[in-house]
Amino acid sequence: MQIHEMTLEEHPFLTGIAAQHHALLMGCAQSATFTPGSYLFHEGEPANAFYLLLKGKVMLEVSTSKQAALPIETIEAGEVLGWSWLFTPYRWHFSARAIEPVQASVLDAACLRAKCEEDHTFGYTVVTKIASILMQRLQATRLQLLDLYQ
Amino acid sequence: MSLPQINENQIVFHRDQFAQLLTTLRAQGYHVIGPTIREEAIVYDTITEPEDLPIGYTDEQGGGHYRLKKREDKALFGYAVGPHSWKKFLHPPLIRLWQAKRTGKNMQISTEEQHNQTSYAFIGVRSCEIHAIQIQDNVFLRNDYIDPIYQERRQGLFIVAINCGQAGGTCFCTSMQTGPQVTTGYDIALTEIIDEQGHYFVAQSGTAQGAEVMSTLTHRPATADDLTKAEQIVANTAQHMGRQMVVSPIEMKGLLTRNLEHPRWNDVAQRCLSCTNCTMACPTCFCTTVEDVTDLKDEQTARVRKWDSCFTVDFSYVAGGSVRTSPRSRYRQWMTHKLSTWFEQFGSSGCVGCGRCITWCPVGIDITAEVRAIHESEQEQ
Amino acid sequence: MLPRLYHILHRQKELANTFTFILEPCDNATAPAFASGQFNMLYIFGIGEIPLSISGDPTHTDLLIHTVRSVGNVSQATCALKPQDIVGIRGPFGNPWPIEQARGKDLLLIAGGLGLAPLRPVMYQILAQREQYRNVTLLYGARTPEDILYRKECESWRAHLDLDIAITVDRAPTTWRGSIGVVTRLIPRAHFEPQNTIAFICGPEIMMRFSATELEKQGIATEAIYVSMERNMKCAIGFCGHCQYGSAFICKDGPVLPYSHVRNLFFLREI
Repeated sequence: MQIHEMTLEEHPFLTGIAAQHHALLMGCAQSATFTPGSYLFHEGEPANAFYLLLKGKVMLEVSTSKQAALPIETIEAGEVLGWSWLFTPYRWHFSARAIEPVQASVLDAACLRAKCEEDHTFGYTVVTKIASILMQRLQATRLQLLDLYQ
Repeated sequence: MSLPQINENQIVFHRDQFAQLLTTLRAQGYHVIGPTIREEAIVYDTITEPEDLPIGYTDEQGGGHYRLKKREDKALFGYAVGPHSWKKFLHPPLIRLWQAKRTGKNMQISTEEQHNQTSYAFIGVRSCEIHAIQIQDNVFLRNDYIDPIYQERRQGLFIVAINCGQAGGTCFCTSMQTGPQVTTGYDIALTEIIDEQGHYFVAQSGTAQGAEVMSTLTHRPATADDLTKAEQIVANTAQHMGRQMVVSPIEMKGLLTRNLEHPRWNDVAQRCLSCTNCTMACPTCFCTTVEDVTDLKDEQTARVRKWDSCFTVDFSYVAGGSVRTSPRSRYRQWMTHKLSTWFEQFGSSGCVGCGRCITWCPVGIDITAEVRAIHESEQEQ
Repeated sequence: MLPRLYHILHRQKELANTFTFILEPCDNATAPAFASGQFNMLYIFGIGEIPLSISGDPTHTDLLIHTVRSVGNVSQATCALKPQDIVGIRGPFGNPWPIEQARGKDLLLIAGGLGLAPLRPVMYQILAQREQYRNVTLLYGARTPEDILYRKECESWRAHLDLDIAITVDRAPTTWRGSIGVVTRLIPRAHFEPQNTIAFICGPEIMMRFSATELEKQGIATEAIYVSMERNMKCAIGFCGHCQYGSAFICKDGPVLPYSHVRNLFFLREI
């Protein structure tokens, strides 16, 4: 079974983003690793980072009165995690738990938001890129909800 | 028009010889089927003598309209086509395929011996109908699979064709290139002539069996004059078609494929009742379904094949529901199959221009008008 | 054509309402050879016939294997069958998966739900001649972990170092360590060279539509993508007219069809 692993430069989020904007993104980035079982963030906490997954698998969860952690969806290497950092009140709506060893590029949200404000071309690029990912995710989620296989 | 070529296969016989024609065919073992009046329509059924034919009658046809009218003469074939087509004999509406018997856990499946099938002789087959039979030949007599039921009935078939002396109110064989002149697929082809010389038939054999049957009739050789008269009758018929298609059959193929989401389908869906008359009357529609019929003790069962129609909701049922629930989608399926996808499947259009679907539609939906509407809207763009 | 009598040799429960049967001809002859993707018409006395994909190994046809889900009268009666029971079989019918097209190329199999059953014969065929293909990937989407069909077999395929197996579910309990999400999301992560890949997709029509779209987006030519279609069937030999899809008869031109041939129909409603 092939392990999916990549560098930040290879991450699909950067595809179609101009080179000078790469530098802006990387300026906000730090790498991080998470061991299986550890949380990248919890529901309700301040959303202060945008994650580009380079390796591993993250489970998105929501807590209910009956279950502390109800699994919703997995996010894997090559995908991105989190948009609550882009919209007020900047709080996470889900929890994210590593279920395989995770390597991620963690982009500081305040840094990113500031750069988007300063450079609207950069801001437009980032927001349209995120919007397109959101659209694909929404379509995928709708398919998931259809319960097609019964 | 140039002088017709005369050959020894062309004769003239008097109308009085028609009884002999039927007698000869019966003597040769054929089950003779021909047009006859039943419940105010001209249908196809067993005939024994010329008096069974719709002598002196014609049919007045239009969208959702059919009436028999008396002619001024005593023509035997003075009408177009009725609600029946010859497919009811070659492709029976109801037939048992096999039966099964259960004893304990064991099962036996068997077929009845159906080889005492008599041969049919069809009297009064129009050119459009011959084309329809040939179209169904392409459906049922394939290289990979042959329907034995169709094959058995088709192999022994004797066709006495008739060149149309009048076009029907809903006919458009000229548009579909299937008539009115009989050109192929017949044993004997007749043209009925009633003039100052009397009431007679110009006859031409297309096969050795046809020639043999013709030889039992009192006749004389056809003259150039006879043949010219016969040709003129047919030419006149061709000029008086009740309907026209505005594009050629092959153009229809592309027209419909390009317009699968045309708003016209909504329009026709408002009118269509999904009554399935068109598919029952159409001489080329071939869809069937099967039913398993079991006795009360669950020990004997038979599998029965019946005509079916793509206009039923059940027709397209898969687990979870039917694919074509709306009348719109079902009408579109029928018409695009008939005029377009039939080409890719069988190498020709599925329509022969007989007009039955127009006449027998209770609301008078006219397939030529639907094609015109879609074509004209494309031209406007 | 008459059904041929087979008896049930073995019955195995796969999922809550899905069973796999092993059948053998009653007359002790061998079952006819079949190609991956073909189907039989299975007859239950007095009830009727249904089309069923053959889900066994095309290189070992002495036994006939069918996986059935209970969704209607005939399938429900089929799922109640026990060893020694007798059924009628007509077939095999249909246009198979064009595995030979994938020789020397990457092969991508995408299955959804019960759609894994018509693709399992492909896996067997590949395993029998693994060296003929480059990267072989199976992407499989199921409803929940309990609904993963042929689960043990999937796990054994996963143990092969030269097969990529990725499984995702729509919903799962906390204990699930695998992917959750629709199967199309597995596609960007699969290892294949778009210009040199053949893809076979099998599952609910919506899933095939979205998967084919994603494959096109990834750069695979529509001629290199094959789908397995399903329509109402009565005769299975192109006479009854029920299974028509555009100009194709699913029973003889399909069930496997090149996506390029049906792409214009795929996005039309009620066609």
